[in-house]
Amino acid sequence: MTTAAATHTHRDDVGSRMGMWLFLFTELILFGGLFIVYAVYRFKFPEQFQLAARELDTLVGTVNTIILLTSSLTVAMSITAIQQGKKHLSMMLIGMTIIFALAFLVNKYFEWSHKISIGIYPQSPELLNKPQGEILYFGLYYVMTGLHALHVIIGMVVLLFSMVFIATGKINQQSYVKLEAGGLYWHLVDIIWIFLFPLFYLIS
Amino acid sequence: MSQHEEQHTQHSVGYGRYILIWLGLLAFTGITVTLAGIDLGRWVIITSLVIASIKSILVLNVFMHLKFEDKMFKIFVLVAVATLVIFISLTFFDYAFY
Repeated sequence: MTTAAATHTHRDDVGSRMGMWLFLFTELILFGGLFIVYAVYRFKFPEQFQLAARELDTLVGTVNTIILLTSSLTVAMSITAIQQGKKHLSMMLIGMTIIFALAFLVNKYFEWSHKISIGIYPQSPELLNKPQGEILYFGLYYVMTGLHALHVIIGMVVLLFSMVFIATGKINQQSYVKLEAGGLYWHLVDIIWIFLFPLFYLIS
Repeated sequence: MSQHEEQHTQHSVGYGRYILIWLGLLAFTGITVTLAGIDLGRWVIITSLVIASIKSILVLNVFMHLKFEDKMFKIFVLVAVATLVIFISLTFFDYAFY
């Protein structure tokens, strides 16, 4: 009984997950502040937001949505795999998630480069000539998708570490809460995108 | 120790269920893109936010295992989301009604 109690103080998976969720709430508030700014300016400049959104390619946004949703699936499955003791399958699924994340970023890179090549970037003369609402739309577009892309990069690093930990046995069939925390972070990044996508791509 | 760890092991979700949820998420993506193509006027913002919320609930409940967690987790999430909703709606008292 005493050994059990001692083990318990060393490992509290529920507590670890709770800690991760609390961290995710701070992320929610971080993005939430930006969503409030978006809501106010969209309310003030509805037509200009619609007009500016025509510059975005719905197809690219849709493809990126599908990529992120699929990456959420593979990371969720990797947890089931490790629970069943299938180390290699789990690592492969995490590897797929990282590849999907890369594909997402490559798409984003081409999307941003295209915008920049036609002169739409913060403080560009082209953009400053546009009405105020469009300037605000593109400002928010760059800040919000940029902050989201930064989260994608962080998520990739976290998942890469999870993969290494599985290889070294630090994450195993009995103890996989680290992978769960990484997965939770990844799903949050997915949820943020679920809201960014319609708000920026689907309003024209 | 191994007996004790039984308590830690979380509910395991099968691959099939995950794939089902993923298909649902893809379907909702299709619906929201299609609806945006139709001119719904001011309803577009409402339909797309409702669909995004449904998608988030699917991700939260199944992918993030919220459904299988203690009640405390659910209360926390509700409080966090409610806080955000209150922030956003109170902001509009400043902008929509003056």
